[in-house]
Amino acid sequence: MDHLAVVPIILPMFCGALLLLAGPRRLRLKRILGLLATLLQLPLAILLMGQATGGLQVYAAGNWAPPFGIVLVVDHLAALMLLVSAVLAAAAMLYAVRGNDALGAHFHALFQFQLMGINGAFLTGDLFNLFVFFEILLIASYALLLHGTGSARVRSGLHYVVLNLFGSALFLIAVGTLYGVLGTLNMADLSQRVAQLAPADIPLVGAAAMLLLVVFGLKAAVFPLYFWLPRAYAAATPPVAALFAIMTKVGIYSILRVYTQIFGESAAGPLAQLADAWLWPAGLLTLVLGSIGALAASTLNGLVAYLLLVSVGTLLAGLAMNSHAALVGSLFYLVHSTWICGALFLLAGVLSRCRGWRFVGRLVPGPALPRPTLFGGLFFLAAISVIGLPPLSGFVGKLLLLRAAGTGIAAAWFYSLLLGSGLLALIAMSRAGTTLFWRIDPAAPPGEPLDRVRLLAAVALLLCSPLLVVFAEPLLGYLDATAAQLLEPSGYTRQVLGGRGR
Amino acid sequence: MELLYALTLGVLTMSGVYLMLRARTFPVVVGLTLISYAVNLFLFAMGRLHTGMPPVIGQVAAHTDPLPQALVLTAIVIGFGMTAFSLVLALRAQGELDNDHVDGRGGQ
Repeated sequence: MDHLAVVPIILPMFCGALLLLAGPRRLRLKRILGLLATLLQLPLAILLMGQATGGLQVYAAGNWAPPFGIVLVVDHLAALMLLVSAVLAAAAMLYAVRGNDALGAHFHALFQFQLMGINGAFLTGDLFNLFVFFEILLIASYALLLHGTGSARVRSGLHYVVLNLFGSALFLIAVGTLYGVLGTLNMADLSQRVAQLAPADIPLVGAAAMLLLVVFGLKAAVFPLYFWLPRAYAAATPPVAALFAIMTKVGIYSILRVYTQIFGESAAGPLAQLADAWLWPAGLLTLVLGSIGALAASTLNGLVAYLLLVSVGTLLAGLAMNSHAALVGSLFYLVHSTWICGALFLLAGVLSRCRGWRFVGRLVPGPALPRPTLFGGLFFLAAISVIGLPPLSGFVGKLLLLRAAGTGIAAAWFYSLLLGSGLLALIAMSRAGTTLFWRIDPAAPPGEPLDRVRLLAAVALLLCSPLLVVFAEPLLGYLDATAAQLLEPSGYTRQVLGGRGR
Repeated sequence: MELLYALTLGVLTMSGVYLMLRARTFPVVVGLTLISYAVNLFLFAMGRLHTGMPPVIGQVAAHTDPLPQALVLTAIVIGFGMTAFSLVLALRAQGELDNDHVDGRGGQ
């Protein structure tokens, strides 16, 4: 067995350490190294995706056979998430090297550590290591969020840090309880033992499972745990906010992993499909509140942050439907929403710079923009994609989800709320667009000139949306296999526990 | 011993939650620290409480489970780093916002 599975974690770790050694100066060197390391993630993710289609890969660190050692598992879902984060990170990095990285001394090192945490969380096959990688990505994200100065950033950063530290405590309690009852933390082993659980132990394991749901819900920003997100994301610098678009998806990934593979259909008694009853109302409420927030947002960044929340709600409602078709739709929507929200954050950054420091992203009449047709066109494309109008990827994602909802009272709720939220998003984006492009204050001083590289980063990410439509068929084939793998956890268990290491 | 241990955890967590709800940065950080102590003790207890049983196989007749101890060690290191970071952040917030309210609002 080869070592490719561990490279997405090792590479950013070593590059991050090297970048720390480079000291506060030598920005040029750090930019080249940081950009190279981030771009390298792309071919790596594609290679791993190719491996995953050939079959599930298990990497046992130090050749300690599972369930005793630390395992990394590359399955369809993990490889897909690696690709999503690699594309997003490449665009964010391209944007950042144009100056956002010079605001603090260690931007590039922190960026690499953040990538290490994200990739590790996707790859790990062990609940405690999931905690460790969560902490790595969180501590890097705390520092990245506060990157540059500003009292808004410090204030929202404080909320973010305290909430997540409390979340970590809950995570540890849940992990401890699971270990105390079941005697293992390996996900495949857990899945097996939860299926054969003695009735006396069910309440305790159920409590731990619900605690885990609270923790993942906090990371994913689900109602009622989302209040930290809009302020924190709106205050972050554009490349950091774009990278953070994957952070809520890490929470959703964990929910997907734990509640389909450990507490899925095979789990004992009332533990089976434990999360669905909670995810459905929570997801729909997040969807509604996110849409209302988008209408009320007073800045472009705040608007995008609320649209991110809408996507989280949509995804969780899709996961709660718990059918093969709904899972495929949710995964497609996950890829689409991560990239398009990242692109919108970057585009908002470029727009804010062109409007000057006095107006930035505030939705008030400001100076005329340098290239109104180009900017207007890009904003329009991004808007119809994020709202879910044809012909871009948001439409395909929503269509798949709506078709999966079927008929019945639950589908009626889902249809009306999803389409209603689309309408609210349409109104919010139109209002933002008209204010930005048409309501011009002639007395306002012009902002900075257009930065082509920054715009290129935003456009590259934006182009992923039509590409997702063009390559929808192979992608849907892959997602089909992913959903099949997720809904059949016994195959995962057998391969992880049966494959004896390298 | 189990009862005493459980009571200790309960009191620690209770005090921690109370302090976290104080809405001033310093009590919040102390509250987080107390909660992380409680969590670490809880993790340790998940290997069951024994006396005179080292976590080494072969040295003595009965050995205790070494894994919770390894988990606690990791959790302590992480918790320590996080506490240090939140202290620095609290100081920075105090300097930047001129007061120690968690919302940065000031007042009483």
